[in-house]
Amino acid sequence: MNEVNRRGEVWVFAEHEEGTLAEVSLELLGRGRELADTLAVPLAAVLLAGGDAAEMVAQLGAFGADKVFLVEHDELRGYRTAAHAKALCELARAHRPQVVLYGATPLGRDLAPTVASALKCGLTADCTDLRIGDHTPPGSGELHRNLLLQIRPAFGGSIIATIVNYDRWPQMATVREGVMVMPQPDGRRRAEVVRQEVSFDSFRVPLRVLSSQRRERKVNLKAARVIVAGGAGVGTKDDFRLIWELANCLGGAVGATRAAVDLGLVDKDHQVGQTGTTVRPALYIACGISGAVQHRAGMEESAKILAINTDPQAPIFSVAHYGIVGDLRVVIPRLVRAIRGGARIGGGADTGLPLEPRHGEGRPAAGSAGAAGEPRG
Amino acid sequence: MGYDCVVCVKQVPDTKGITGRAMKDDGTVNRAALPAILNPEDLNALETALAIRDGHGGTVTAVTMGLPKAADVLRECLVRGADRAVLITDRRAAGSDTLATSYILGRAVARLAPELVLCGRQAIDGDTAQVGPQLAEKLGFTLVTYLDELLGLEGGTLRARRNVGNGWEIVEADLPALATVTDAANTPRPPAARRVMKFKKARCRAEVEQAVARELPGADEGARSAEAERRCAALARRGLLIEQWGLDDVGADLAWCGLKGSPTKVHRVQSIVLAGGAYREFPANEEGVAQLVRELIEDHTIG
Repeated sequence: MNEVNRRGEVWVFAEHEEGTLAEVSLELLGRGRELADTLAVPLAAVLLAGGDAAEMVAQLGAFGADKVFLVEHDELRGYRTAAHAKALCELARAHRPQVVLYGATPLGRDLAPTVASALKCGLTADCTDLRIGDHTPPGSGELHRNLLLQIRPAFGGSIIATIVNYDRWPQMATVREGVMVMPQPDGRRRAEVVRQEVSFDSFRVPLRVLSSQRRERKVNLKAARVIVAGGAGVGTKDDFRLIWELANCLGGAVGATRAAVDLGLVDKDHQVGQTGTTVRPALYIACGISGAVQHRAGMEESAKILAINTDPQAPIFSVAHYGIVGDLRVVIPRLVRAIRGGARIGGGADTGLPLEPRHGEGRPAAGSAGAAGEPRG
Repeated sequence: MGYDCVVCVKQVPDTKGITGRAMKDDGTVNRAALPAILNPEDLNALETALAIRDGHGGTVTAVTMGLPKAADVLRECLVRGADRAVLITDRRAAGSDTLATSYILGRAVARLAPELVLCGRQAIDGDTAQVGPQLAEKLGFTLVTYLDELLGLEGGTLRARRNVGNGWEIVEADLPALATVTDAANTPRPPAARRVMKFKKARCRAEVEQAVARELPGADEGARSAEAERRCAALARRGLLIEQWGLDDVGADLAWCGLKGSPTKVHRVQSIVLAGGAYREFPANEEGVAQLVRELIEDHTIG
């Protein structure tokens, strides 16, 4: 599908699992609403389901969709690339949207490139921002108005690239969870339901899901008011206990950089950044984190950022509101004492209150666990 | 018997090295300071293919697309056990986005006619994870993303565990199939010393031509070309010639290649410049830390 369709709608792929819509799809409806309004076209959600769609349809309307394209078929019960891509491609060929947005979830990152290849259109992965703007290709002088500006970090996050797509539509992008702000639902809004038939006769899906197992995420970073995050500078799993300790005493969650996860200091569920979770807590405490752009992309919109690092030149300080230049092995136990003591407002910080047993400078008591849910072992 | 596997690999800058040290004074990344490496998860894809060959027989062919210097990563694949290596290099492929790349790779892989294609889950330079799924679509192969464990190959099907982020799925996929492999799937075997010695001498034609031009600066075109021909033939006899294909060799339609074949265009690139910190510094001593905590409590950030 190659022609440009200026009247095409803005579509959001409505990802769901067993009747529960993915949060990122609802977040996309918020930004999708703005994009559609700027372009003066309708915002539509595409819902592919095996059945039981009524509640999801209502929710998609409340979160901003004008329309829901609904395909219900047994072959769409549970996600399989070939079946979902076939349905979505048929809808796109029939209705020629100008923009199609997907969550950059494992499912979205499987489906979107498959659809892009079949439609022979462009796709930009992991966008951190989407806007509408104009573009003139260098050397052509030809102005393309009102394109989707697809903004994403590239080259390990060292550059921010803005990608456009002016000759082969639809313009497609995936967006990470948590990057767009969740809109406020309006229960009075109703979406128009457009039922679509897709025939799976003489179509064999070449893949069978024999069994599946879901696990709860070990930590809900998006819901945390305070996040204490550790980077490679923490060094060892033993010292990473300091991160848990500080998070516990603040009732916060533990975050980590990719480097810390790669070093095996903490589980991948805790990863914050471009390839992890994007967070906006009231307080983000970055400990031993140099501040690679990939990490900053996931946390720089936190309301308050405290950086603790031995290197005063570390890039993390450029996004911090508060900084302590020092060894986290020394600083964190002092923070813990100050917090436990309510900082002794008006008095000395180190007077009289129960102290952590000190096993050498900066070692917390082994086995201390609490709100942060330190793993056993 | 056996399965013919193609492993698609990519040479990437080692972006894990992007920290303060790789930053230039203006705050942008010093790309020259980053070494070029074989994309880490491609090693897991290669290991999966080698394990299949060990268990079932068949062949392993490593394929990459890039500049002649990308032959480095093919040498690494040969050293680690690949039977054959193919470099796709052509000036007209420059500027290809993931769609054009998957088109060109698709033409090349179709020529090799494998039962299985294995790719790393994603490359660390772009992190897009798009070429694998797009290549599967181009080839009409069954797509199995995020392969965490290969459970079995039997007749015309592959069984695997997929990591779907919030859990796992066991799937059975009809062959031919393309799987993208995660770093959890296996531990890549170390290179065998004997193969290191042998394949460090492997070269593609472009590298041979560059060497001839360097070593015979006075020779005319004809003599250089004859010498390159002689050296390539000698390498081929010893199994050390990395095959080199251009777009014409794979029958690619130029309309779908390079910049012209790429629907995504760069509108703007901004280097990340780290602004000087406007943060408030607190001393690392007990009193400084306590002062900070008091302020955080007073403005209700904590407590």
